Amino acid sequence: MWKWLHPYANPEVSYHFSVKLTPWLTAIAAILIPVGIVWALAFVPADYQQGDSFRIFYLHVPAAMLSMGIYVGIAIAAFSSLVWQLKLADASAAALAPIGAIFTVIALFTGAAWGKPMWGTWWIWDARLTSELILLFLYLGVIALHNAFDDKNLAGKAAGILSIVGVINIPIIHYSVEWWNTLHQGATVSKLDKPSMSVEMLWPFLICFLGFSFFVAALGCKRFCTEVLARNSMRPWVRALATAQEKK
Amino acid sequence: MNPRRKKRLTIVSSILLGIAAVAGLTLYALSQNIDLFYTPTEIVQGKTDTGIKPVIGQRIRIGGLVVPGSVKRDSESLKVSFQLVDKGPMVTVNFDGILPDLFREGQGIVANGTLVGADVLEASEVLAKHDENYMPKEIAEAVGENHQKLDYNDKQLSN
Repeated sequence: MWKWLHPYANPEVSYHFSVKLTPWLTAIAAILIPVGIVWALAFVPADYQQGDSFRIFYLHVPAAMLSMGIYVGIAIAAFSSLVWQLKLADASAAALAPIGAIFTVIALFTGAAWGKPMWGTWWIWDARLTSELILLFLYLGVIALHNAFDDKNLAGKAAGILSIVGVINIPIIHYSVEWWNTLHQGATVSKLDKPSMSVEMLWPFLICFLGFSFFVAALGCKRFCTEVLARNSMRPWVRALATAQEKK
Repeated sequence: MNPRRKKRLTIVSSILLGIAAVAGLTLYALSQNIDLFYTPTEIVQGKTDTGIKPVIGQRIRIGGLVVPGSVKRDSESLKVSFQLVDKGPMVTVNFDGILPDLFREGQGIVANGTLVGADVLEASEVLAKHDENYMPKEIAEAVGENHQKLDYNDKQLSN
């Protein structure tokens, strides 16, 4: 059933596939993000309570959702790397970790910038904010472990165990606003109910979210390519690629 | 799946399950302590499952809805007092300072301060809580969701 996947366990096949995929992902992101952001900043009506300040929602929420989504992706890669010993899964986890860390920083930073005018404080140690900060530390730990060993397999294993252990934080972040009293409000979009946002506000959000997702995918593919090249630098196919580049 | 992979799969899955169980139990044990604030009912009657009640003089946070019509403001200074409610008794909050933009009657807020009476809090900080609903003004007016914003006069701001 999974036979069609097998060729992609070969670094060379995966590398060429990612190289081909990158421009498409980049192009889609380059179209969706400007459309979504301009729509959100210029054309969406202001919120009845928060006025124009609520527009940071279109950056904050996609960043926060992706920071969690990327982490789940890393954990799945780490899991399959530990069980099936796929070296490429380690490479993809190592490629994704810094992107996820940056999105976590963006979510925390935009959250602070939104919290100051609306709540009246930059930061508060409530369950949502604290668990998201822990997510940032988990990312930093994963990145550090990937770089802590010269042996990439050992590094992948250590970082993989940390990312699998840390995945427990993801449902905690998501449900923190339901389980405990927090200053942070509940989920607007990522819930089974109807989104609690009017339709004209929701559409640009979906476009922004898709745009940022494709952006993450494009960055991830690019980083995955370089990661694969770095890890296989002694292989003949990489050397052949390098000499072909030099000749150009 | 070959036996070695199967073994690794079992090991990794059981570690994950074990950690999930540990985290779940820890959080369950801590559940009341992770709450950011007491609700007015909890201040008067104690927490629902433990019965813990804050004592007078304790620094606490309280969260609830501002009772409409309860906001009393000193016309000379920034002193303000209002009542908070969730679903039972009310607690009075006294505050001296500029309230956040989102402070309105009927709005959820979190106040940080010292409990000076059984149901009176001397707040040093008032934070506004907003909900997860976003809508344009016209829709809010149509469904009657609009709360009036409070404004300061020049005299109050000059103090």
